[in-house]
Amino acid sequence: MSENLLKLKNISKDYYGNQVLNNINIDINKGEIHALVGENGAGKSTLMNILFGMPVIHSTGGYKGSIEIEGKEVNIATPHDAMNLGIGMVHQEFMLIPGFTITENIKINREITNPNIVSRIFGKSLETLDFKKMNADARKALDKLDMGIDEFTLVAGLPVGHMQFIEIAREIDKTGMKILVFDEPTAVLTETETQNLLKAIKKLAESGIGIIFISHRLDEVMQISDRVTVLRDGEHVATMNTKDTNTHEIAQLMIGRKISLDRKEKTNHISDETILRIRNFVVKMPGEEVKGLDLDVKKGEIIGIGGLAGQGKLGIANGIMGIYPAKGEVVFEGKPLELNNPKKSIASGLAFVSEDRKGVGLLLDSSIEFNTVFTSMQIHNDFLIKIGPIKFKDSKKIREHTKKMIKDLDIRCRSPLQNAGSLSGGNQQKVCLARALTQNPKLLLVSEPTRGIDVGAKKLVLDLLRKLNEEQGMTIVMTSSELAELRSICDRIVIICDGKVEGILPPDAPDADFGLMMSGSRANSDLRGDLNG
Amino acid sequence: MTKKNPLLKSQYKNLLTDNMVPIIFILFTLIGFLVAKGVPFSFFLSDLSSRFYRNAFLVLSLVIPVIAGLGLNFGIVVGAMSGQIAIAIVRYFFIEGIGGMALCFAIATPIATFFGYLTGKLFNKTRGQEMIASLIVGFFANGIYQFLFLFVVGVIIKVPADHPMIKTDGVGIRMSVDMGTLKYSLENILEIPFMWAMLIIAVISAGFLLYKRYVKKDASTIENKLGFYAKLTGSLALLVISIISIATNNSLMTVKKVPVVTVLLIALLGLFNNLLLKTKLGQDFRSVGQSQHIARSNGIDVDRTRIIAVIISTVLAAWGQLIYIQNMGTLNTYGAHNVIGMFSVASLLVGGASVSKATVGQAIVGTLLFNSMFIMSPEIGKAVFGQAILGEYFRTFMVYGVIGLALGMYVWNANRKSRITLDPDEAEKLVG
Amino acid sequence: MAELTNGKIRNSILKSIGLPTIIIAVFYAVVLVSAFMLGLPMTELISDTLRRFGMNGLLVLAMVPSIKSGTGPNFALPVGISCGLLAIVCGIEFGFEGFGLILFASVFATIVATIVGYLYGKLLNAVKGAEMTIATYTGFSIVSLMSLVWLMVPFQSKKMGWLIGSGLRETIQLDSVGADGIINEFLAFNIFGVKVPTGLLLVFFAFCILIWLFFRTKTGIAIFAGGQNPKFAEASGIDIDKNRVIANIISTILGALGIILYSQSYGYTQLYAAPLNMAFPAVAAILIGGATASKANVINVLIGVFLFQGLFTTSLPVANQLFAGTDLSETLRMVIQNGIILYALTQVKGGDR
Repeated sequence: MSENLLKLKNISKDYYGNQVLNNINIDINKGEIHALVGENGAGKSTLMNILFGMPVIHSTGGYKGSIEIEGKEVNIATPHDAMNLGIGMVHQEFMLIPGFTITENIKINREITNPNIVSRIFGKSLETLDFKKMNADARKALDKLDMGIDEFTLVAGLPVGHMQFIEIAREIDKTGMKILVFDEPTAVLTETETQNLLKAIKKLAESGIGIIFISHRLDEVMQISDRVTVLRDGEHVATMNTKDTNTHEIAQLMIGRKISLDRKEKTNHISDETILRIRNFVVKMPGEEVKGLDLDVKKGEIIGIGGLAGQGKLGIANGIMGIYPAKGEVVFEGKPLELNNPKKSIASGLAFVSEDRKGVGLLLDSSIEFNTVFTSMQIHNDFLIKIGPIKFKDSKKIREHTKKMIKDLDIRCRSPLQNAGSLSGGNQQKVCLARALTQNPKLLLVSEPTRGIDVGAKKLVLDLLRKLNEEQGMTIVMTSSELAELRSICDRIVIICDGKVEGILPPDAPDADFGLMMSGSRANSDLRGDLNG
Repeated sequence: MTKKNPLLKSQYKNLLTDNMVPIIFILFTLIGFLVAKGVPFSFFLSDLSSRFYRNAFLVLSLVIPVIAGLGLNFGIVVGAMSGQIAIAIVRYFFIEGIGGMALCFAIATPIATFFGYLTGKLFNKTRGQEMIASLIVGFFANGIYQFLFLFVVGVIIKVPADHPMIKTDGVGIRMSVDMGTLKYSLENILEIPFMWAMLIIAVISAGFLLYKRYVKKDASTIENKLGFYAKLTGSLALLVISIISIATNNSLMTVKKVPVVTVLLIALLGLFNNLLLKTKLGQDFRSVGQSQHIARSNGIDVDRTRIIAVIISTVLAAWGQLIYIQNMGTLNTYGAHNVIGMFSVASLLVGGASVSKATVGQAIVGTLLFNSMFIMSPEIGKAVFGQAILGEYFRTFMVYGVIGLALGMYVWNANRKSRITLDPDEAEKLVG
Repeated sequence: MAELTNGKIRNSILKSIGLPTIIIAVFYAVVLVSAFMLGLPMTELISDTLRRFGMNGLLVLAMVPSIKSGTGPNFALPVGISCGLLAIVCGIEFGFEGFGLILFASVFATIVATIVGYLYGKLLNAVKGAEMTIATYTGFSIVSLMSLVWLMVPFQSKKMGWLIGSGLRETIQLDSVGADGIINEFLAFNIFGVKVPTGLLLVFFAFCILIWLFFRTKTGIAIFAGGQNPKFAEASGIDIDKNRVIANIISTILGALGIILYSQSYGYTQLYAAPLNMAFPAVAAILIGGATASKANVINVLIGVFLFQGLFTTSLPVANQLFAGTDLSETLRMVIQNGIILYALTQVKGGDR
């Protein structure tokens, strides 16, 4: 049990000066299930990328520190090296070809072949596939997982739970598998499937494989792991024996207090009037599905929407704006909002700053002024001159307005004609905001406003949002993965878990409350009841 | 019972819609026989069979790129040109007979490999637009080909003006080049009467079916009883018909003789395609064809695999064009290659293949159906409208129409599947 | 350091004009100089270039709306061309002549092209992601279908029929209906021996201005945004599918009017297989003018048609002079035309299935 298998020593990594991992030390024993927890951006995936020798690490200057396997220092330069050293990974997104059988998927690019006359002349790639042996291997791997399913079944149409198991079977079929990483393996599984999977993982561990289990579901971590390591903002916070700790403590360690963006007292008054009422809201945004959500937004408040990636927080604004298919009841200013119709949403006074700045938020090859006025021109018929029945753009008015916006929002650019794509991230975000503000919205939806922009620009954007709220009384729905920034400007923070509201917290609630709520831990069901009721 | 029926119905409906194009072509040919009286069946069979020997190899050369996810490779025109370059070289030195033909194959192979490599490189740069790129690359290569044959030969490479292949002014190759004894060099090796060939095929196929069913106890023949008995009945019927024909010496005996070597080459290619798919390389083709992303993440060199697929296709097309031209007897220097891309693709599609699925069987059936249509259209035009030319325009329309329709339906279906929608059932499931 | 900025500036110039445009322009210049050195009749060459510039102009301009809307170059140009041809033969059959014929054909062509363009736009919306391939085969199919129509249409006019049998001739002379060069001759004049087809150029430029103006209107701007980034436009409440249909209607109309302008300048109306490959030179021309499969404007059209048509008007006699007996000019056209299209295809962002 205590035989050491993998040692990560003093691992540090920075991306162009931006420290993402700082002096991490983790060791994993044979047969151990070691849980790795942390918020999004805590550094889990970077750590795994280092372990797998992913090109993204080496093309950005490599890392510091060393990796030992069974006491020997190893150099993992490519994913291939990792594979040869017996490190495997079960991906969150399935790497399975639906048109192939289970065997073919398990054996992809590791097919067993027999030489034939032609291959002796022209080389190995013309050797005949030995389906008998391949099927037998696949059978063995499936049996290890107690999977009764036939190995020659096509993958297409299998339930996701099975697909997950096939992924695992592929990893354990690789000879000499020593360490297996599970990256959020239960995210897409049902309750029963999850239990089956956890059982299988336990069984694998018993056979001597070391397991790194990455999950945000603290219940599962408590149930299955031997030890747990908490990462936060690239720092190694703690490694504990699971039996000596509890979900409350882990949650608290996960969140912690971050560099406090100081919170000013609000000067304006939030009315009791509900401006936006959402009931039984369903949005099909792949990877961010909303599953029957209820929420009320008060006029004049900044409401924060938080939660872990993949839980559905991003789907809410996208659903309201008609960008992804939605169902349910949304009432805005007392009038029902027609869903799945972006035009109606914008016309009724909603404006949206998308989380996907480069994909949805901007026309990168067009000018700042084009980006600023486009939506208002199209939906509100501003900035147009009518000549007969034809509406031409009013270049003069557009220029004047854009210049004003550039001044008001302090957009650093050479001229209003500069392409949006050539601006820095922070200034691009300001152009997105400028377009939203040009629409004179009654309610502003902002998603991930500070994603991918530097610290200075972050503060400017957040200050701007607060100013809009305080000076113009604009209601703002702000969605963000960064809890700290939600806590710095929001009046209330809604935590989304599994597509629903898990709970609503005041910004100064204790860290552990946030942590537990975000992990959807069953332990806090009483808390949920209090706040939602 | 009530539940099963609609399911069965939709299955039949799927079967119908999936095989729409082949069904239309069969009906078209049948109607042709009904309206165009005076087309003797033996004449039809002669015409169809010789068209089959000419074209089947070319159509088969399209199968591998489809499986490797490159879609329909209109770029086999490049392979055809490689074959013609080989013929020009061999004819220039008056190398005759089967030896000359063998030399053509030997010369065409490295040329086609080289151009196939370049074409494959290009397809890797035009990912997602391979089919239009393959069409245009054919046009582009045609320009280079003309530059070579009209300008380089004569201006840069000096050739004697009195050479029968060269234009009278000493520059460029003539519009048509006589094949000399290269003509029918493959056919001449061995030919057997058509009905005897049918008899042999019938015996072999019946024997094979019975062997699979009762000796090897192959699962597919036992499960799909209907299919097994249908195939067996077909073979036996063919057996009976051929025996009767041979015994009574009826009109079917006048059908053109079968060139054994050509048919064997076609059969070998069919076999080669199927065997290749059972190798590691073939499995890589399939993986890459199904998902480049997943193949790459499992360590398969996607770009290289795609290039190999294109090279194979181009080389096979070069050989196919050699078979085609030795059968035609003259090389139409500036026209022979132009339409083979379109016609071969149309043939494959008529056989029921799509942008992402193609089999050897589909290629064979498609070649037969497509050429039946080709033979019958002028007859129908003559019979119904009194103008054979109408039928010819009609068949051009069918070629483009079939390709357009098949491509359009494929993209439309793919788009429909990838669209994100939210139906009530699903919403309920999400809420849980 | 100075070198670095120099390199940067050079790069940005290269980028804004485009490498292919520069190569073709240089090549054209070389051919022009050699034509002059060989003592070819320059005034005639320039007259010819001007005429061909004008007569091909609208067909190339038809690429602008479709590229801007995001459906890529209109490889289905033969669809619009077929509408125009139908309008011309109907006009002749109804007995129109001269300006009357041109006027009737233009109005009739516009109506037909609007309906056909609408259907074509709908088709393109169903096959998003493979528009260029489908468009090519739509064009091919329509041309072969129209061949059946030309053969079967029961028109009586002796000016179009075969001497015997039914159906229309492959080439219809327009001088017999007084429409040969009728627009070219309008206000035409000679200067330094160069013949300027004023009417032709005026019509071309007028349409260029109209298209330029259109892309400054609300609808035009929405079409452009949808073509650049459909997700952006959709999030701003734009009905992209509708805009793509509108753009392709305009493109089809331009194709239809374009062939009328082309035919009167050429003096003949060509039916049957003639329009089959007409899309490719038009696509190549706008690409040579600096457009890409996703970006184009009127300037690209003007530069592109001029370079492309100029190069081939001039290279034909030059090649004939230098290498008598060869058909090098046609070969050159094929290589350049298809080479530039291939180049543009390599610049399209691909799908990685």
